[in-house]
Amino acid sequence: MLLSINFLRDYVDVDKDIDIIDFAEKMTKLGSEYDSAQKFINVDKLIIGKIVECNEHPDSDHLHVCQVDVGAKTLQIVCGAPNARKGIKVIVALAGTQLPDGEIKKSVIRGQESNGMMCSIAELGLDNKFLTDKDRDGIHELPADAPIGEDAIKYMGWEDYVVDFDLTANRGDLLSILGMAYEVSAIYDKKVKKIDISHKEYNENGEQTGEYKIDNDIEYIEKNIADETDKQEKGKELDFDLKINTENCKLFLARKVMNVRIEESPEEIKEKLMASGIRPINNVVDISNYVMLETGQPLHFYDADKLSGLLEVRMAEDNEKLTTLDSQERTLTTEDIVISDGNKAIGLAGVMGGLETEITDDTKNVIIESAIFDGVKVRRTSNKILRSEASNRFEKGLCPGRTYMAIERACNLLEKYADAKVLEGISKYDKTDKEYSRIDITVSKINKVLGTIVEKKDILDVFRKLGFEYETEGNEDDITVIVPKRRIDISIKEDLIEEIGRIYGVDNIEGRKLELPVKKGSYDKIKREIRNKLASLGLNETLSYVLVSEEEAKMFAKNDYENVKILSPLSVDKSVLRQSVSTSLYKIYQYNKARKNQDISIFEVGKSFYKDMDNYVEENKVACLMTGDYNLGLETKKVDFYVIKGIAEELLDDLGYEGRYSFVVNDKIPKDLHPGKSAMISVNNNMLGIIGRVHPSICEEEVYLMEINLEKLLKLKTGKMKYKELSKYPAVKKDLAVLVENNVPAQELQKVIKNAGGKLLQNSKVFDVYTGIGIPLGKKSIAFSIELSDQNKTLTDEEINVVMAKIADNLSKKCGAMLRK
Amino acid sequence: MDNRIEEIRKKALKQIEEAKNLQNLELARIKLLGRKGEITALMKTMKDIPKEKRPEFGELVNQAKNQIISDIAKKEEKYKQELINKKLESERIDVTLPSSKVKRGSKHPLNRVIEEIEDLFVSMGYDVMEGPELETDEYNFERLNLPQGHPARDMQDSFYITTEHLLRTQTSAVQARTLLGNKEKGPIREIVPGKTYRREDDATHSHQFNQVEALVVDKDISFADLKGTLEIFMKHMLGENTELRFRPSYFPFTEPSYEVDVSCFKCNGKGCNLCKKTGWIELLGAGIVHPNVLKMNGYDPDEYSGFAFGTGLDRLAMFKYGITDIRLLYENDVRFLSQFDRMD
Repeated sequence: MLLSINFLRDYVDVDKDIDIIDFAEKMTKLGSEYDSAQKFINVDKLIIGKIVECNEHPDSDHLHVCQVDVGAKTLQIVCGAPNARKGIKVIVALAGTQLPDGEIKKSVIRGQESNGMMCSIAELGLDNKFLTDKDRDGIHELPADAPIGEDAIKYMGWEDYVVDFDLTANRGDLLSILGMAYEVSAIYDKKVKKIDISHKEYNENGEQTGEYKIDNDIEYIEKNIADETDKQEKGKELDFDLKINTENCKLFLARKVMNVRIEESPEEIKEKLMASGIRPINNVVDISNYVMLETGQPLHFYDADKLSGLLEVRMAEDNEKLTTLDSQERTLTTEDIVISDGNKAIGLAGVMGGLETEITDDTKNVIIESAIFDGVKVRRTSNKILRSEASNRFEKGLCPGRTYMAIERACNLLEKYADAKVLEGISKYDKTDKEYSRIDITVSKINKVLGTIVEKKDILDVFRKLGFEYETEGNEDDITVIVPKRRIDISIKEDLIEEIGRIYGVDNIEGRKLELPVKKGSYDKIKREIRNKLASLGLNETLSYVLVSEEEAKMFAKNDYENVKILSPLSVDKSVLRQSVSTSLYKIYQYNKARKNQDISIFEVGKSFYKDMDNYVEENKVACLMTGDYNLGLETKKVDFYVIKGIAEELLDDLGYEGRYSFVVNDKIPKDLHPGKSAMISVNNNMLGIIGRVHPSICEEEVYLMEINLEKLLKLKTGKMKYKELSKYPAVKKDLAVLVENNVPAQELQKVIKNAGGKLLQNSKVFDVYTGIGIPLGKKSIAFSIELSDQNKTLTDEEINVVMAKIADNLSKKCGAMLRK
Repeated sequence: MDNRIEEIRKKALKQIEEAKNLQNLELARIKLLGRKGEITALMKTMKDIPKEKRPEFGELVNQAKNQIISDIAKKEEKYKQELINKKLESERIDVTLPSSKVKRGSKHPLNRVIEEIEDLFVSMGYDVMEGPELETDEYNFERLNLPQGHPARDMQDSFYITTEHLLRTQTSAVQARTLLGNKEKGPIREIVPGKTYRREDDATHSHQFNQVEALVVDKDISFADLKGTLEIFMKHMLGENTELRFRPSYFPFTEPSYEVDVSCFKCNGKGCNLCKKTGWIELLGAGIVHPNVLKMNGYDPDEYSGFAFGTGLDRLAMFKYGITDIRLLYENDVRFLSQFDRMD
């Protein structure tokens, strides 16, 4: 919202030498954050001059050498504008003046001294959309009576400040000069000025029949204008039919003005429009915009002679067509509100008028529409078709008092600036709620919510400054506030409390330390432990996107679940929720690879998603990806299956699952892994993870992945950490080597050793695996280091031999292992 | 007689003195103190001494003998020490050669910021909660006072999966779950850090980003409590000199609502590029829990009150580590990740 300070001054007194930044910051603290605050014409000083002599430049076919009287002296200025000529008054930038395009310097142009510049409008830094060809092509000519040597911008009425505010969604009332005036009046404790809505009224023959006039302040008008209008018009209506055939229009007013004279608007109006970001067109169209800016109520002007005798508000029919003001044909649906002439749509309510009935240079008579349409409907239509200044205001909600005020204000201005004669009578349809919302609140509630000790009189003073009526009968603590209809954002106690906080000043409220019973907070320790562990093992933690492509979503995941798809994705590569975290890690690997990063070891704790029948499931996972060299101190090891298996085991051991997990080869292993170098991770016989090399057909480089479902893992309880009596008797270490078929997993042999060893077996480790010379083809030699001890006695050689024999025997029977001597 | 002892003593001391190494010293010891040594021989002449002089003689010989023993021991110790030193010197290594340290991994900067915030709030008695990222419309909007058709629903264009399911647009979605779950109505203090999703992707917005949300509900929770808590939070994250500015604002789930700016930590409020010359950086949204939110989730707003606030973690992480481009946070270039590899 661009606020012109000149415009604001029409409705509230603002200091002549306002510190604009200070003002903008005060407003910011009240909730209207400012983006910028600067002069409308951001130039220090421009002076009115008169060309007293204008000669052609001796060495140029288009330049002029002018002598310009600027009051104190006469300057020579070289100028290229085609309209430069003796006798005209111009805008002069003296040497040293900073213009938007740069500083003006004394110079010599093709041998002729030039001591400044005569400016076109374009050179003043005005937004491109406001410029006409005239503004660009030649220097600006001021009226003949412009005083030489005076400030040109001031003379033109363009001395103004513009503050760009970023309004919050609930403060639709601030999309108007009046709304801003109320806000400013609350800051500076000043009264909002009167608005002139008076105008004469005429009959069809152009004879004056009366005068419309309410001589009172704005608050009174806002509240009573509907009744006042009834009184003044005595129920007289316009002679056309008004039909409202939809719930989505609560208020519709129409007036007719006759014999408008269409011309350019006066400078003052044009300046205020431009400073507010609106391009002046002609006096009539400008007035509809001007009144919208003043009151917040969008108006629509129809060329009365292009209408039939009927105005109807209804929902559009499906596929109904309408050509809007911008000459575009729009296709409508039953969700769009339209204005119709009984046959066809002639306007898109709240969004844009139709081309057919628009105001042209030949327009004589005008129907003014001032109405309230449903905000949600207008928002949907405008999102679909076009967002406009008008639609923005309808969306945020309007005040009925302003709807009446705006139509009379438009009549007032049309009479003043377009010689219009206002026809007596007003067509109206008004189903607005006449009740005012009354909110009961107590001083203690306000202080309880804010954490303050504000006295009742100070609270009442805030309501007074805001222009809210209140009653304080009843209990000393009680206040009843009658909320003005312009403040549609206020409906409950808490809204009033916010107003107190705003005007009383948040800075005046002291922050307090929260006082609640002492308690220890909690957080997810296990996830943090996992992340710390993996980082300490040398892996880099990543943070990846959850949305991937359809194909990526299923990679490294069980394939029996459905993908979770986004209804309207931003792009196909971000259209589905991943079913594995590994798929994201693999993407990160590819990204790094493309950047020539080597030796990638990464991990992430994150969620993956799937659809199981009608249920959406999300699960926490931990995943690792490793490739290239893994650095174990001085030694560097090329990452292979056993390196990443080591990471998995370190992690599971750390979490307390030592001895309870195994690596199982079965048909559940995702097809995206190398079938010979992958396994399922099983804990307590729950398959809850995968590990292995990415399938060589997907990735040539050896890339290893590991992913564990934390949701499933952490459900498995781990035993409490507990001290176990140290054996007083020495342990015995025995080595045992066997010859087995190549395909017998070491894990199987170890299981057998464990069972056979029974209580005496403390530990068994593989310390050598060998194939090659001396070993029959298809077999391998595998050697274990076995530790035996008894809690109660020293083991005798004989006891040891018995156990070792039993182990060897079982290995032979169950695994076909032959003892190597 | 005395002279004889003295002569032997002097000679012996000279021999010890002249012994160049441990072997020579041992030879000298044998020659002097051995069974056939000179001192032993001297003792043997005792019997030739008149009886009354024997004690005196014995005393003198013993003195000489003790001195010799002591001198040999000293010398021996010296030579042994020299030997050890020589050996140690021969074992000298180059301490500047590389160690066998294990390569350090790293933790993502965003998660580091989350941990820091978690630790602060846990110390103040808050529970860290996690909620579903795949949320229902009910919890993400409906129960937060954002009914169907509310313009704020358009503002945060969302990733819908069905008409009822979507990726959560805000961590606030957990609020209703906590309120509904707290049957005993004891005090609630929680923070919810986590991923959130919105349907936008450009240079300054990532479709996936991170927020942290805080909710405190009890009897008599006020704006002053919110202000005090945010002061602690922001000073902890951004430095003791950080100042806060509360601007009244609008959120459907709080009333009153505020946007909270912090004084620019780059220029200390003087105005720079980071704060767009304003001296302030917009960082948080906050407010008093809307009575409708309390009501819809089983609380009587006349009896209970609360505050909530939320902030984007991506920006906080960027400020904290001086990261200039938000995309770095999600690209996961290992050269970037590896930089976050130590205590901070």
